[in-house]
Amino acid sequence: MGLEISFWALAAVGVIAALAVVSVRNVFHAALSLIMCFLAVSGIFITLSADFLAAVQVLVYVGAISVLIIIGVMLTREVQRGSPSNKLRFPAFIVAILFLGVVVFAVTSTQWPISSISPLEPTTAALGLKLFGKDGFILPLEIAPVLLLAAILGAIVIIREK
Amino acid sequence: MSLGLEHYLILSVILFSIGLYGALSKRNAIVILMSIEIMLNAVNIAMVAFSRYIVPLLLTGQVFAIFVMVVAAAETAVGLAIIMAIYRGRETVDVTEINLMKW
Repeated sequence: MGLEISFWALAAVGVIAALAVVSVRNVFHAALSLIMCFLAVSGIFITLSADFLAAVQVLVYVGAISVLIIIGVMLTREVQRGSPSNKLRFPAFIVAILFLGVVVFAVTSTQWPISSISPLEPTTAALGLKLFGKDGFILPLEIAPVLLLAAILGAIVIIREK
Repeated sequence: MSLGLEHYLILSVILFSIGLYGALSKRNAIVILMSIEIMLNAVNIAMVAFSRYIVPLLLTGQVFAIFVMVVAAAETAVGLAIIMAIYRGRETVDVTEINLMKW
């Protein structure tokens, strides 16, 4: 029962915060709503018994990405002009609604092979074994830092004063 | 009514549609970046929900969600660097006015 209540509360908070991101005029307020949305998604991960991912979500998204975005908002001084829509506002709305309808129809009309086993809890040790253990994801895990290094170097090169 | 896979998938689709609308209809490049983050988060919810309800002992969906987060962090850093570089040169982050590569 508590799981249902927390799911609905977190889903409502997440959807309202996401709607605020795309509708609020002030870009800084949109960034704050985005942080609220990230926190709600982290709670959703907890209701899915993905405790490690919930912690990573708070660390990476709420801790790092939102700080980056707020620094971006502060450095570009577009707060006064707000976030106006372009000419494609109405077609974009139609496309989003059509996408929503099609995927909701597909989700509700599919028979999912639901497993009756209760999920692993806690997941941290199992995820570590999955990532580093034998027959795991060690190769993608070693490619990921190369990608991060390339992204950091690329960001520094792009933003450096000539 | 107990929670099922469909609840999480529909929540994920709603968040993805909101992000899609924002990414398509906004002028401010930073707000577009925020909308893309919402879409990536929606995909992560779907991934973890599939992992929880269909293969609860394998955790492959959660591993994939971790890689999505890595790529999202890299994408945000590079995207903001590009926006800063454009703002330094053109004093705007309005994507309708950035037409350097248009002919």
